[in-house]
Amino acid sequence: MSAVTARDVSKIYTQGDVKVTALGKVSLTVETGEFVALAGPSGSGKTTLLNLIGGLDTPDGGEVTVNGMAFSTMSSGDLAELRLTQIGFVFQSYNLIPVLTAEENVAYILRLQGVGKKERQERARAILNDVGLEDKYDRKPSQLSGGQQQRVAVARALVSNPAIILADEPTANLDSKTGDSLLQMMREMNQKHHVTFIFSTHDAMVMEAAKRIVSMKDGQIVADKTKC
Amino acid sequence: MYTQLAWRNIWRNPRRTAIILTAILIGVAAMIILAALMRGMVGGMVDNAINNMVGHIKVQHPDYRSDPDISHGLSDVDGILKALKIVLPESARLTRRIRIDGVVSNARESAGIEIVGINPKSEIGMSFIGTAPMEGSPITDSDKNGILIGAALAKKFQTGIGKKLVVTTQRGDGESGSRAFRIRGIFHGDMEVTEKAYIFISLPAAERLVHEKESATEIAVTLARETSSKELTEFVMLCRAVLKPFNVSVYGWKDLLPAITAYLAMFDVFLLIWFVVIFIAMGFGIVNTVLMAVYERMREFGLLKAIGMRPGRIIRMVMGESLFLLMLGCAGGTFFGLGVTCYFAKTGIDLGAFSKGTEMWGMSRIILPVINAGDILIANAVVLLLGLLVSIYPAVKAARFTPVETMRQS
Ligand SMILES: Nc1ncnc2c1ncn2[C@@H]1O[C@H](COP(=O)(O)OP(=O)(O)OP(=O)(O)O)[C@@H](O)[C@H]1O
Ligand SMILES: [Mg+2]
Repeated sequence: MSAVTARDVSKIYTQGDVKVTALGKVSLTVETGEFVALAGPSGSGKTTLLNLIGGLDTPDGGEVTVNGMAFSTMSSGDLAELRLTQIGFVFQSYNLIPVLTAEENVAYILRLQGVGKKERQERARAILNDVGLEDKYDRKPSQLSGGQQQRVAVARALVSNPAIILADEPTANLDSKTGDSLLQMMREMNQKHHVTFIFSTHDAMVMEAAKRIVSMKDGQIVADKTKC
Repeated sequence: MYTQLAWRNIWRNPRRTAIILTAILIGVAAMIILAALMRGMVGGMVDNAINNMVGHIKVQHPDYRSDPDISHGLSDVDGILKALKIVLPESARLTRRIRIDGVVSNARESAGIEIVGINPKSEIGMSFIGTAPMEGSPITDSDKNGILIGAALAKKFQTGIGKKLVVTTQRGDGESGSRAFRIRGIFHGDMEVTEKAYIFISLPAAERLVHEKESATEIAVTLARETSSKELTEFVMLCRAVLKPFNVSVYGWKDLLPAITAYLAMFDVFLLIWFVVIFIAMGFGIVNTVLMAVYERMREFGLLKAIGMRPGRIIRMVMGESLFLLMLGCAGGTFFGLGVTCYFAKTGIDLGAFSKGTEMWGMSRIILPVINAGDILIANAVVLLLGLLVSIYPAVKAARFTPVETMRQS
């Protein structure tokens, strides 16, 4: 079973009288364990596609399926539940709750899932160790660097063992060195935890880290290359 | 973890939290102080009224109230007194009075007045005249020609202690009777109207004035202070039962003071309305602040929704933060309000400067606030419940933010 399938999904935004086709009948299949980069210039539809796959937005046409569950058949409550347990999100910025520490930010999602206190702490710390933040449990986001904040975000996305992690330009606010090491870490997590990653970027260097690169332009997929 | 988060969230903007807490605190304190003041005023009003020769229970001829005339006096006063003593507790105090309308005059002036024949000693603790501040000396129980008049009346008549006054009234035989009295004392009442409304003479003097013997137009009963209104009603019933053969009317003070009774019945509702009014002033502040806090954290709510938090949970989160603010504010307000009322409960608040206005309502010049646990509870409940109610609006707003929108607005 594929981790994600998008079939003929389209999204049209209306701004005043102008209709913007953000996505026009795009189809994409991602298998479990893949590490996929969505590439393309600004405005090409990367964010739109990721939002549709993540169930944050509803397509105007087509169907998205995650782990065999078709979104069109699900209520908004079911979708929220699916996001909570099956999908991890990493955004470009504002990923963390400022009043919670690194550990609490990661544990919060487990709290929402109803996981007990002790287990929350164990799992949050283990995953923070994985992303290289073993000495930063008690730091608030404001006391962490941009790269460290993104690592916490990845840790939070990972902690509930989701089927996929969607990362929309996770490195955009980082310098290239920090961005590289974040990508490297994500790749390690992908291999260690067998989690499917789909991330968007318009940085050619960052794309190199991916085995599969899906290129977009004007709301269409124009290339889909897998390195051997 | 949710509680912890809510607690930290309210301290994200300490200045704003401090402002809203102050607003709630002042609101709750205002409610408590206002309630205590109003209770004090009403209590004072009731005490004054009862003290104004009303008493707790009164026995009169059935027609006296519609026609206060000596011909509607009580017959067999002794019999009535004996009967009453059987049913009333030992702490109850009884006195008889003759109260009739008349005219008082001197060379300069004359005025319509209520002539009150009293047993001066037994009035102590039963009505204001027993303990009123006085110039000159009080009258004695058998004073034949001594009279007490109010300071305001003395001023109007331009008269003083030792001077003479003529009192005229209708006698028991229907003829007009008139006697001269000498001013023994000039009393000061709580209100100017009382100083102009009554003159006091001894009971024997009053009997001579109206040509009656062993007479009274009323018997007043004063019960112990802690007598509840339920007990009072029972005593009134008992008195009625035991006085049946005498063909008299027995009234409780609530029957005698219908306006005050009606006011008392409305008082709690009235207070609640005031609480709500105070809350409305404060409520806008609460909504505004919570709304501001919610808009500032728009992206965060978007994020929380993206990671799978349900709208209901977000509503609960925002409401939880409001609840924290409200509870803190209520606790502070209760503390502060109680402190202020306790202070004034000791010293009293002197309304001397406004007494012309307050007299109209039968209030005293000095108000002693009365603390009532029920009022404090209701004030807190009003603020907590309505505060939570108005917080629903910002909470629903917070739950409506969608991740897609909020993420785009960076
Ligand atoms: N809510 C919206 N309302 C109107 N137009 C929108 C909305 N969201 C996206 N668009 C438009 O849809 C198109 C695709 O946008 P999208 O954000 O998916 O591109 P992107 O590839 O993520 O670009 P970037 O690299 O700048 O993030 C753009 O033309 C954008 O202006
Ligand atoms: Mg984008």
